[in-house]
Amino acid sequence: MDIVSRGFSGRRSAADVKLPPGQYLTTDFPVLSAGPTPHVPLDQWEFTIEDGTGVLRRWNWKSFRDLPAETFRADLHCVTRWSKLGTSWEGVSLDTLLADLKTDASHALAHSYGDYTTNLPLSDLMKKQAWVAFRFDGKDLAPEHGGPARLLVPHLYLWKSAKWVRGITLMHQDKPGFWESLGYHNYGDPWREQRYSGE
Amino acid sequence: MWRPGTVVVLHDETATARTITLEVPDWPGHVAGQHVDVRLTAPDGYSAVRSYSIASAPNTEGRVELTVERLANGEVSPYLTQEVAIGDRLELRGPIGGWFVWRTQQTEPIQLIAGGSGIVPLMAMIRSRVAAASIAPFRLLYSVREPGAVLYRDELEALSNHGQPVNLTYTYTRAVPKDWPRPPGRIDAALIATSTWPSNLVPTCYVCGPTAFVENAAGLLSDYGNSADKIRTERFGPTGDRK
Repeated sequence: MDIVSRGFSGRRSAADVKLPPGQYLTTDFPVLSAGPTPHVPLDQWEFTIEDGTGVLRRWNWKSFRDLPAETFRADLHCVTRWSKLGTSWEGVSLDTLLADLKTDASHALAHSYGDYTTNLPLSDLMKKQAWVAFRFDGKDLAPEHGGPARLLVPHLYLWKSAKWVRGITLMHQDKPGFWESLGYHNYGDPWREQRYSGE
Repeated sequence: MWRPGTVVVLHDETATARTITLEVPDWPGHVAGQHVDVRLTAPDGYSAVRSYSIASAPNTEGRVELTVERLANGEVSPYLTQEVAIGDRLELRGPIGGWFVWRTQQTEPIQLIAGGSGIVPLMAMIRSRVAAASIAPFRLLYSVREPGAVLYRDELEALSNHGQPVNLTYTYTRAVPKDWPRPPGRIDAALIATSTWPSNLVPTCYVCGPTAFVENAAGLLSDYGNSADKIRTERFGPTGDRK
C-alpha cells in the first residue's frame, strides 16, 4: 500500500540503467564510516589470514604488492541508497590470497584497522567475487575510502567491503560483524534489498 | 515495514531547512541519534527514498520530527522543504541505526560536534538528555557557514544559558557575527583544546556533518588524545541527502 505523494514526480534514472531496488545513481563517491579515519603507514601495514587459533598467512605491504594484481570494474551499492556504476579498481583477488589453503571453514570475518568487522560466507570471497583493492580510478586509494587497502565485495552492499582491511579470520560458525550487530542485514544482497535485519 | 505518518506541523528553521513533525500512530519509539527512511511515491508508482535523522527526543506520543536541509539538486529534499503540506501523509521506515546513538543510561561526559545540518541527530541527543533529566555533562561545538544558518537557535540559547545543561560554542566557516573574536575558518586544534572536554575525562564524542568536516574534526579529536573507539561519526556526502 503505497501512499501517493501529492505533487511528487521524482527524477528517474535513464531507462537503460538497471539499479537494485531502492537505489539511486550518483557520480561522486560519498563516504560512510562509523569513526575516525585510521591512517596506516605502509611500513606498518600487514594483512593476515587467520583461523581463530593462529595466523595462517601474513603479508607486509611489499610482499602483498608482489602478488599478482588485477584491474577490474565494479558497480557499488551502498545501503544508504546510492549506487555508483562502472568504478575502476586494482587489487589482489581473494582467490590469490586464499589459493591452495586447505580449510573447511564456512564463513569469514574481515577485520580492519580501527577495529571494524564484517562477516561473509567464505564462498562469497571466492571465484572472482572479492579483492583487497589498493587503487581506485588510477590512483592510490585515499584514506577516507579505505586506503591503503580495502576489501571489495561488490555483489554485496558496500559495508561488507571493509575499509582499512587488515585481515580475515576463517570461521566454522557465522558471527555478526559491526553493522550486522547493529540492525543491518547479515548477508546484504542489494538485488534482494537486504538492508536491515529481519528482512 | 513502511508506516504512514501524517504531517502535523511545519516549521522553517532557516531559509533552506524545515522541520516536519509527523504523527505516526504505531511508531515503535526511537533512540536519540537514529534515522528514518522516508519514501515518496509518484502517481505512476515510481518512488524515491532517502534517510533523515530524527530531531526529536524519544516520546510516547508517536511524534517524529525531521529537520531537512534543502539540497540544490536533491530529488527528495526540495519536495520535503517546499511542497509538503499539513495533513499530507509520508511513508517512514525505522528507526534505523544502533551506533550513532546516545542512550539516557549514559552518564559519561558527552562531546557533540556538528557541522551545518549535522546538528540534527545531536539535537535529538540534547533533547533526550533534557527530557530524561539526565545529569550527563554535554558540550556542543557547532560549526555553521554564517550566523543565519544556525538551526534551533532559540532552543539552544535557552539550553546553554548559565546553569543550563549544555555548554555551547559556535564557530563559523564563512561569516562571523559582529565583534566575534575568531576569524571564519575550519575547526582547528586550538578550538578543540578550548571548547571540548579534556580527553582524560574520557568523553564519548559524536561528530556529524559533511564528509570533509567529519574527517577534520574526528582527526583533531583523536590528535587531542581521545581514543578512536570513543569517537562516533556520521557523515553525509553531497549526494547523500542524509542528515
